[in-house]
Amino acid sequence: MNGSNLLNITPYPGLSALLLFLLAALFLYLARTPARAALLALGDALYRTFRLAAVTFTRGGENLAKRNREVLLAQGREATERAIEREFQRVESSVRKELADYPAFHRRLSESITAIEEDYERTRDVPPSPPGWVPAVQAVAEIPKADAMVARVLDDIHGSLKKIEARAITEYRADSRQRHHLLKRAMPHWRALLASLASVDKKLQRLLDRAVAIDRHMNDFEEINKGSDRAVRMLSSSSLSQFFISLFVLGIAVGGAIINFNLIARPMSEMVGGTAMIGGLRIADIAALVIILVEISMGLFLMESLRITRLFPVISALDDRMRVRMIWITLFLLTSLAAVEAGLAFMREILVQDELATAAMLRGEDPAAFQPRFLWITTAAQMGMGFILPFALTFVAIPLETFIHSLRTVLGLVATALLRSFGTLFRVLARFMRGSARFLAAAYDMLIFLPLWIEERVLAMRSGNGGLKARRAS
Amino acid sequence: MMRKLILSGCIVLLAACSQGSTMHNRGVYMLLDTSGTYTEELDKAQQIISYVLTRLNPGDAFAVARIDTGSFSEKDIIAKVVFDDRPSAANQQKRVFQEEIKSFVESVRSAPYTDITGGVLLATEYLNEHPSGQKTILVFSDMKEDLAEGFIRDIPFALDGIEVVAVNVTKLRSDNLDPREYMDRLESWQQRVEDGGGTFRVINDLDRLEQLLQ
Repeated sequence: MNGSNLLNITPYPGLSALLLFLLAALFLYLARTPARAALLALGDALYRTFRLAAVTFTRGGENLAKRNREVLLAQGREATERAIEREFQRVESSVRKELADYPAFHRRLSESITAIEEDYERTRDVPPSPPGWVPAVQAVAEIPKADAMVARVLDDIHGSLKKIEARAITEYRADSRQRHHLLKRAMPHWRALLASLASVDKKLQRLLDRAVAIDRHMNDFEEINKGSDRAVRMLSSSSLSQFFISLFVLGIAVGGAIINFNLIARPMSEMVGGTAMIGGLRIADIAALVIILVEISMGLFLMESLRITRLFPVISALDDRMRVRMIWITLFLLTSLAAVEAGLAFMREILVQDELATAAMLRGEDPAAFQPRFLWITTAAQMGMGFILPFALTFVAIPLETFIHSLRTVLGLVATALLRSFGTLFRVLARFMRGSARFLAAAYDMLIFLPLWIEERVLAMRSGNGGLKARRAS
Repeated sequence: MMRKLILSGCIVLLAACSQGSTMHNRGVYMLLDTSGTYTEELDKAQQIISYVLTRLNPGDAFAVARIDTGSFSEKDIIAKVVFDDRPSAANQQKRVFQEEIKSFVESVRSAPYTDITGGVLLATEYLNEHPSGQKTILVFSDMKEDLAEGFIRDIPFALDGIEVVAVNVTKLRSDNLDPREYMDRLESWQQRVEDGGGTFRVINDLDRLEQLLQ
């Protein structure tokens, strides 16, 4: 029975619709109490379920955030410890170096001071001041020379006095020259002294700079140890920037690896065959990829052995002799692989030329016409790239380590944000479900407004308005 | 013991992962019609062979055979090769192959009859002996079969997974008089090939050779 048939229960569709509406209203009125209870119970159940989910997600987010904070602080503590350790090592090496030079420096300083002192002492011997020869000579010259004998004697005296005066002045000048000479000789000592002191000043300044850096790291360390919000914010921000920077550098490294792969994949087919396949991939491609991955692994081990990165605690914990051996072994393997790659790059160029010549011959053209004039340039460039790229890929270890360390933080932040978002979403859904159930209950009453109105009238007649109000309130 | 077990496991895993290279290889068999005046078209066939050689890779198989009075014979195979795994060796094989074809074209003699069916049967046999992922028979002919007395060629083909491409199907004088003859001829060949489980195409425009091997 469809809707149009229902409207045919009486000859008048309008009347049929009215009758149907009244019947439906009556049915709904009779079922009102259980229907409302069911709707409200459903809303309540959904509300509780979503609320529970919201609480679970929120708590999960909080727990994760707490865990992230701990991890972040632990990482920050470790990084700061490493930084402080490194600064102290630098201070230690600097002090050791300077102290090793200290006896020589002290001796140089003492020698300079002694030399200056001696020269100074010598300059303290004041030269005799030139006697008052000039007035004496002048006085003798002014004596009247009436008698010839007296005049001769006086001239003799005058001459002698002039000679003595000249000698005294010469001696005075010699003494003064000597003093100046001594003072001049002291100049290099002064300069050496100044240079030594300037060098000491520079070294001390460097130490002071280191001390400032250590102070800064120590402050950070204290903040981290206290677990302050500032430290967490600082570490989070640092981790995020490190993540993106390392991601960028890793992207560049991947580009380098792809170029490297293209350099050696083609000639690899000469070594392992160009048709065999494993899992849909050509063995030649797999072999080229394996060579590149082995090179990257060697680079990682080299960086670990050099203690530039700390991805493998086992390598870091090796004793120094073993570590040095490992450095040489990995370097040797890396160089060998680089040489192999250079050879393969050379082979690649030969293959390309061979293929070009064959294709030209098949087209009926002269193969010699396809020999480029500057072939050696591309060959040399390819060989150079084949040799250098493995060493360049070695440095992937540094951004890789940073990426791995910062990835934990970034993933933690993302997961926390997701959990919190889900928590909020489910809280909103819980509210919506409860509100919807109430709205549906109210809408149900709206559909049966007529029986409800009648009920209200009847009850009002029976017990008056007060009773009705009490019922409504209940 | 444990080490041996791990090693065996790795070998089994690798063997499971490994896939025959034959699935990626290609087998091409080309039939050259040498009957009547069609030998004048063999220069074009040489171009097609050169093109096919440029498209084939290490591991692929290629054979060229002539269509003459009785084509179901290994003697009719002019040159055949399975290209080496190494690209340099494969290039060398291509050069040798082309030289063989060149010397054949220079010394070919016209055959009085045209046994295309025998050639297709021989091609099918050859391609099935060299399992490959993609099998193609190129028929460089006007597709007009003219059998000598005593030759029985009313044999159904077994061309599962094989594509037959008729190349340079020239129109005969009789076709010019009644084009239906040409169309019926091609249709009958298509019917025979498809009944045998293969697919059939015609390429007459030699400027579009890139469609030859799809």
